Amino acid sequence: MKQTINLKVNGEACQIDVEPRTLLVYAIREILNLTGTHVGCDTSSCGACTVLMNGKAVKSCTLFAVQADGCEITTVEGLAKQDELHPIQQSFKEKHGLQCGFCTPGMMMLACEILQASEEMSEENLRKLLKGNLCRCTGYQNIVDSIADAKARMTAVA
Amino acid sequence: MTAIGQPIRRFEDDRLIRGHGQYVEDIKLAKMVYGVFVRSQVAHGLIKSINTEEAKNAKGVVAVITGNDIKEKVGKNFTAWIVPNSNQVSAEISSRPLLAIDKVRYVGEPVALVIAESREEAYDAAELVDVEYEELPAVANIEKAIQEDAPLVHEGVSRNIALSWQIKNGDVEKVFSEADKLIKQRIYINRAAPIPIEPRACIADYTNGRLTLWITSQNPHIHRFYLANVLGIPEQKIRVIAPDVGGGFGAKIDVYNEELILCYASSLLKRPIKWVETRSEHFVASLHGRDFLVDVEFAVMNDGRVLGIRGQSYANMGAYLGTVSPGVASVLHGLILPGPYRIEAFDYTTNAVFTNTMILDADRGAGRPEAIFVLERMMDLIADELGIDPLELRRRNYLPAGENIQTVTGLSYDSLDFSKVLSKFGEVSDYQALRDYQRKAREEGKYIGIGVVSSIDICGFAPSPVVGAVGLQAGQWESAVVRFHPTGKVTVLSGTHSHGQGGDTTYAQIVSDTLGVPLDSIEVLHGDTDMIPMGWGTYGSRGTSTGGSAVFKAAEKVKEKGKLIAAHLLKLSPEEIDFSNGNYFAKTDPSKKLSIQEVALHANVGWNLPAGVEPGLEAQAFFDPPNFTYPFGIHLCMVEVMPDTGEVKILKYIAVDDGGKIINPLLAEAQIHGGVVHGIGHAMYENIAYTDDGQLLTGSFNEYALPKAHFIPRIESYFTETPSPANPLGAKGIGEEGAIAAQIAVANAIIDALEPFGVKHLDGPYTPARIWKAIHQSNGKNEN
Repeated sequence: MKQTINLKVNGEACQIDVEPRTLLVYAIREILNLTGTHVGCDTSSCGACTVLMNGKAVKSCTLFAVQADGCEITTVEGLAKQDELHPIQQSFKEKHGLQCGFCTPGMMMLACEILQASEEMSEENLRKLLKGNLCRCTGYQNIVDSIADAKARMTAVA
Repeated sequence: MTAIGQPIRRFEDDRLIRGHGQYVEDIKLAKMVYGVFVRSQVAHGLIKSINTEEAKNAKGVVAVITGNDIKEKVGKNFTAWIVPNSNQVSAEISSRPLLAIDKVRYVGEPVALVIAESREEAYDAAELVDVEYEELPAVANIEKAIQEDAPLVHEGVSRNIALSWQIKNGDVEKVFSEADKLIKQRIYINRAAPIPIEPRACIADYTNGRLTLWITSQNPHIHRFYLANVLGIPEQKIRVIAPDVGGGFGAKIDVYNEELILCYASSLLKRPIKWVETRSEHFVASLHGRDFLVDVEFAVMNDGRVLGIRGQSYANMGAYLGTVSPGVASVLHGLILPGPYRIEAFDYTTNAVFTNTMILDADRGAGRPEAIFVLERMMDLIADELGIDPLELRRRNYLPAGENIQTVTGLSYDSLDFSKVLSKFGEVSDYQALRDYQRKAREEGKYIGIGVVSSIDICGFAPSPVVGAVGLQAGQWESAVVRFHPTGKVTVLSGTHSHGQGGDTTYAQIVSDTLGVPLDSIEVLHGDTDMIPMGWGTYGSRGTSTGGSAVFKAAEKVKEKGKLIAAHLLKLSPEEIDFSNGNYFAKTDPSKKLSIQEVALHANVGWNLPAGVEPGLEAQAFFDPPNFTYPFGIHLCMVEVMPDTGEVKILKYIAVDDGGKIINPLLAEAQIHGGVVHGIGHAMYENIAYTDDGQLLTGSFNEYALPKAHFIPRIESYFTETPSPANPLGAKGIGEEGAIAAQIAVANAIIDALEPFGVKHLDGPYTPARIWKAIHQSNGKNEN
């Protein structure tokens, strides 16, 4: 019944056995024990489960784990290099982009995809790009400011 | 050293941004099994039979439990608020069985608990439980529920009224007969919900003679108290842990049936049981908010003075009374209705109504947003009727500045100064320019509206004798421990719970300033009843003002004890010692000194202590303030309504709030952001909708629209600081102020924009469809 899949998760190759119906988010949370990726809804609406799959932000509650076979997955746990925080993490802290922290990993993973774009981005466009992820605590303002701040940090380094 | 007042970055962030937070769902225990609830699919009905055989025989199933299995063994879940002089229905009627027995009263009511080795097996088996209902007529909304011939939600009552509580003061008949004008309106504030992004979850582990419950709770000690009462477990045998909690907003105050029955089931199975609510489940089974129908009449003079208010409110309680819902419907609503205004006479009856819907309780603001909504909607109607500018009308009615300002409802506002807020508002808003812009835009056929509202909130949820007198069966003081370790580091314990507010940081700021200890030497802990002294949790914007003051008081006690030890070591009397910046020193010779860390080491080793002084350097404090705190403010919202579609664009949002002394401006402003967007959401997007026969129509994020980033403008947030005399920090609560002011600021702005169409009043939610309909049904036609 179970199928074996191969993933590269946060840079490490791994092989896991999953039921065909197992959602990617539960493979990540319950088999790989990477609990930073969260589940906030059952309709693909909230984005708390967002991870990068082959560099693209995906809602891991909306994919079966078997669909990720052979893919590279990055979760929030893969952002920091040892002690050194990723710029998006630094910015979320500096700009107070999180309160309860539950939507935060998904928001940051979505932000990672957004930050890959090289062009300047208006605040309005940035807000539109966040439309798949919900936050109840922050009113989004500090999340938007965090992503803009991370953009500035990454541009400065580049 | 002054940490207080600084925008200190949060200490709790590091683990959360690394994905190392620990929320309840993240916890796994050995031999853990999974629970899934079978819920009622009818709003009102008799349970004819429950067939669990097939489910019990399904793969992986450990147990299936129904109401009849447990009815002699556990108590019922009850309300903790009994409003005096309100004819509140008895606990026998308002309490809920943990699993429905013989009858269901709302869609989503738990009927059976299926427990299996895996979550998937539990879900699969839950599908196999066969419940047969005989449907009864149901009632879902207030207007129908209060009719004489309405179906009754409960037996043993003659009407669906759970309580009626009147507040009356002043010569109401006189002011209403002498007023120049009487202005009357029926206002309905639609049902919404708190909706934290983390749904509820719990793990009950009653396997080794003690019960441990991990739960998404804003107040773990209240859960412990309930578990002892409902399940009869000795309280010292219960440990409740609320680890990282993904937002509350009121939804995680209540003690729900799910955690109670899970604890009982764990005692039967001797295995830990985990239950994680799905979002769809959350919509049917976690508390809702708002849903107030209000009829109100204001007596006013032509110069704009409001003399009197009279009316009635009806709050839709759902099928049972929630943990604090009787207070939300009455005390927390009615007492604040006169707001920041000087009112001579007041006669207002609050009613709570049973319907066949999910239980209502505290949703960010809890009774106060509904009061301020009504008040400020009326102020705009009055301004319109009298031809006075809405801001000027409010200015003419403000209570005077000062401390302990008495209101017509008997409250005593701790400190109030609207001139300060007005002056700041003037600096940052250029209100007249916005009105000029609105006029010009209208000439150009653009429908701009401005809502400018004044609000005030009741926060702190203390003093205990007062909340006791108005019926809360609990205290509302707060506890704290400040503990020096031998190495001079400090642990702080608080009976409040931080689930996003940032208490771990603000409390550290308070301790750092009080004891002169660096911030990075301080660790703040909360959320574990085995570790933390009795406390009442976080809600009602009480964390900083009440919990923070307990922390301050404990730190002061530590400082005083340290002084005795320092004096002894310096061979001086305590009177000869001063303390500043973390050092005890001789008043006459500051070079004779000891750091508090040195004193902490001496205290902890205990080799050389003054006579009669116990070893250790720690103190516990309980703080029960002499008054509530009342933050207040002015919020402005400017919108444009698109008449062809009914869509609304928010052009500007300005919040000027007086939160007393601000401990951390970064965190305070973020509370306003979140609160304002909560209010915008409730005004424009969010609606919990039931059919007339009690089926929930909004059971997921596809139907219930939470605000998204691009729906929202930048919030311009400013503070003034009028210290509260009710606590040593001078702090007030600011967690709910944004939600309270924003819902009505948005509503008033939208209705103002619709003025050219002759629209005087419109109930929310202000969706494009409702606005479009109002435009097209209006009697008054667009003058342009």
